[in-house]
Amino acid sequence: MKNEWPLWEVFIRGQHGLSHRHVGSLHAPDAEMAIKNARDVYTRRNEGVSIWVVEARHISATAPGDKGPLFEPSESKVYRHPTFFDIPEDVGHM
Amino acid sequence: MYAQLIKTARSGIKSRDEMSKQERAFQDKIDADIKIEPRDWMPDDYRATLIRQIGQHAHSEVVGQLPEGNWITRAPTLERKAILLAKVQDEAGHGLYLYAAAETLGESRDELVRLLHEGRMKYSSIFNYPTLNWADIGAVGWLVDGAAIVNQVALQRTSYGPYSRAMVRICKEESFHARQGYHAIMKMAFGTEAQKAMAQDALNRLWFPAMMMFGPHDSESTHSEQSMAWKIKVKSNDELRQQFVDQTIPQIEYLGLDLPDPGIKWNETRGHYDFSDPDWDEFIDVIRGNGPCNVDRMKDRVNAWEDGTWVRDGLLAHARKRARAAAE
Repeated sequence: MKNEWPLWEVFIRGQHGLSHRHVGSLHAPDAEMAIKNARDVYTRRNEGVSIWVVEARHISATAPGDKGPLFEPSESKVYRHPTFFDIPEDVGHM
Repeated sequence: MYAQLIKTARSGIKSRDEMSKQERAFQDKIDADIKIEPRDWMPDDYRATLIRQIGQHAHSEVVGQLPEGNWITRAPTLERKAILLAKVQDEAGHGLYLYAAAETLGESRDELVRLLHEGRMKYSSIFNYPTLNWADIGAVGWLVDGAAIVNQVALQRTSYGPYSRAMVRICKEESFHARQGYHAIMKMAFGTEAQKAMAQDALNRLWFPAMMMFGPHDSESTHSEQSMAWKIKVKSNDELRQQFVDQTIPQIEYLGLDLPDPGIKWNETRGHYDFSDPDWDEFIDVIRGNGPCNVDRMKDRVNAWEDGTWVRDGLLAHARKRARAAAE
């Protein structure tokens, strides 16, 4: 059996209540070590208050070739944005 | 730089007419500054060149720990020791970010490490020079990390997404490295006569090796053209070297040290400093393995890897045993 440690993806939540964000990857034998290593590598300068790790092979992703069909349809739907609607200034802030 | 003399996987540059439809679409993305991401289509030579460059860059970060690690136990104060320890830890992290970027191209970290240990991949020539005393540690942070920043700031705009993101992260941390080095040298340059002499000596010895970090002249750098077209490299060797000289001279002057090269002179017409070439024969010789510390560096790397085998294997065996027990 190959003795390379599996690859993990690391997600960190910063100080200010934002969501966990992908910050990088590392190798570790198990989840416990992955968290320890993530703490040592990715939170050395107050970058975070919470860590998630997930083994890279468990992540499913969209295929680059599907970019068009998946994401282009929303480009033409400008009415989904608040700025689409002109509201008279007299109405006040909305 | 941290990646010198990277052989582009193809010779010469492909014209648009020679390109397939797929290659043309790829080049269009590069020209429009759209980042290439791991699972996007890319020419085999683009992938191979990137693996070589990112791999060499990663190896440099890791081997770069050795000349500085040498001084952790002998730092002059507890504060300097804590700072140096933090810097050397950062370098390990930088190696990790870069290996991770290379892995997105389908080359495993263990494989890259194996190639380094077999002498089939290189690291930057600068780390084959010794750090003889404490002043060298200051000079390494100031000049070597200073040179690295010049290169890495440019590489934040490289075309490959994961490499570019690794550079952004590294640049944030690297500025601490250069500043702590300059701070240490300032202490010596403004200290006793003996300390000032040590600072001068370190500058004199490390100046030309630092200049070599940017690689050969553009005219000699036969593989750069395709790498520039692919935006794997963003600025040329000579451009980066000039930028480093221009920013470093005022820093030397502030310290009150003598310039390490009699050829350094402000050139009014060019708006840049002129300077002398490093000894390119020495550069080639060091790259070929004959620098003062090549043998020791590789020995230390290989020993560290082999001495750690039982730990890596033990932790993995333990993890597998626990996973099996949980499954039953």
